[in-house]
Amino acid sequence: MPESLISARGLTKKYGDFTAVDAIDFDVAKGESFGLLGPNGAGKSTTMRIIAATSQRTSGSISILGRDPEEHGPQIRAHLGVVPQQDNLDGELTVTENLFIYGRYFGLSKKFIRNKIEELLDFAQLQEKRDSKVEALSGGMKRRLTIARALVSEPDILMLDEPTTGLDPQARHILWDRLFRLKETGVTLVITTHFMDEAEQLCDRLVVMDKGKIMAEGSPLELIKKYSTKEVLEVRFGSERNKEVAPVLRDMCSRIEELPDRILMYVEDGEALLEEIVAKKLHPTTSLVRRSSLEDVFLRLTGRSLIE
Amino acid sequence: MNSGINVTKIRARGAAYVAEARIAQMMKWKGIIAIVAIGNPLFYLVAIGIGIGVLVNENSGTSGTGGVEYITFIAPALLASAALTGALDEAMFPVMEGFKWRKLFYAINSTPINPGQIVLGVFIGALARVVFTVVCYWALLIAFGVVTISESWDVIPITIFAAGAFAAVIMGVTASVKNEDYFMTVLNRMIIMPMFLFSGTFFPLSSMPIFIQPIGWISPLWHATELGRYFSYGYSISSTMLVIHFGYLIGMMIVGFKLANQKFAERLAK
Repeated sequence: MPESLISARGLTKKYGDFTAVDAIDFDVAKGESFGLLGPNGAGKSTTMRIIAATSQRTSGSISILGRDPEEHGPQIRAHLGVVPQQDNLDGELTVTENLFIYGRYFGLSKKFIRNKIEELLDFAQLQEKRDSKVEALSGGMKRRLTIARALVSEPDILMLDEPTTGLDPQARHILWDRLFRLKETGVTLVITTHFMDEAEQLCDRLVVMDKGKIMAEGSPLELIKKYSTKEVLEVRFGSERNKEVAPVLRDMCSRIEELPDRILMYVEDGEALLEEIVAKKLHPTTSLVRRSSLEDVFLRLTGRSLIE
Repeated sequence: MNSGINVTKIRARGAAYVAEARIAQMMKWKGIIAIVAIGNPLFYLVAIGIGIGVLVNENSGTSGTGGVEYITFIAPALLASAALTGALDEAMFPVMEGFKWRKLFYAINSTPINPGQIVLGVFIGALARVVFTVVCYWALLIAFGVVTISESWDVIPITIFAAGAFAAVIMGVTASVKNEDYFMTVLNRMIIMPMFLFSGTFFPLSSMPIFIQPIGWISPLWHATELGRYFSYGYSISSTMLVIHFGYLIGMMIVGFKLANQKFAERLAK
């Protein structure tokens, strides 16, 4: 079994009466890209803050890089790169000044940081913006700079909390490409996201979280195989008729989900099922056959959509 | 693992790294900081020192100011108020920025640096601004012939110390505040303004009615001003009062640091 960089058992965090993280177990292996998938408020960010050794657990145990964060916070943080949900760059300083100052917090020599900055500017595709004030950068550039900043200390684990939330599709794809390259170099990634496509793109293995608990664990493919069918048929009959036809549809496949605007039908062969429906003269106004995704897994596990 | 990272070294120098960053941030404002540091004494010395000073000296001589020229009387007070204003700027805004506006402290907190080192680093940054302000002011006082180097050099460390005590309290109080708009309005209008008016800056506090004097007693500016006068031109203070002035400022420093350390740790651990 590969070396485990993070290992949690019965990890719990309470704020007063509210249990944000409820006795979860997980391990992250070296070189792995590990994801925490779940809706807002599932306890992902709280878990991240505990791993980042900035927030202390209420009970349970956790070891990061072989150490307990309660006793060795600075030693652990020395080898982590943290990309928070909201960029916390210094807008008044330039791109290189931000990287330089952050490197100093790790006690790195000025010479080391200067060399590293060149490498990071290339990686983050920010060479042309090196002397620009951070305030003037686009959202995608700021995000890339925050990631570059987290890499200045050559961390063993890079932690990304909702890395592409708020970015436009093009900026997201650029970012995914950068993170993929990073993964190829062997950096261990811990990612939280509520985007299923992001989890599918970036994570080797993930846990699905809801209400502070882990609902399932596995690779994206394993989870889909285990909790969903190969294909999904989405049909719409208009909001009035959906309710009416649902009982009929229910008998035609192993499982259906009634959403406010459409009905999802879980089957191995979507086209064949659609033909059957048409043969029964039910005539949906629109229909779509697609592969199952993590969204379907989440729906199955919690009865709710990821993005509400 | 990056073997260039030495946590023991960071434990010793963390606050210095934070101060380094604070000074880099201040350098973005160096023009304004310099204009304030030089312009403020220039305007005050010309307008109040010479303008009003002539009026005061012609009408009441030096009887109201304990036997010295009016400008000699207000110079240490102006120096102290400039120092405290600089301390206020560099203790309040970075804390707002650190927790709320840009969340810079959260970024620092995810490195090996501890909350206590952030407190100390911001404090050192504020002190750097105070030192610059005080030295500029003092140089102008000398240039104007208000004080002499040999007689008044010791007013510099005293004023810096008083401004430091004020900075510590402001850091602690600012870190305790969630709604900054309301806080800054109240602080500026209800606390800072009266403090400057009722701290014996332009006239001896003892010339005010007794029910107003407590405003001065609780104000760090009054304590700084009294000490400044004592050290700059030999204004007479009883040894009991000397102990009270120093004790009050040391107390502010301790309480300020304690509160700041506690609030920083609390907010960063959330």
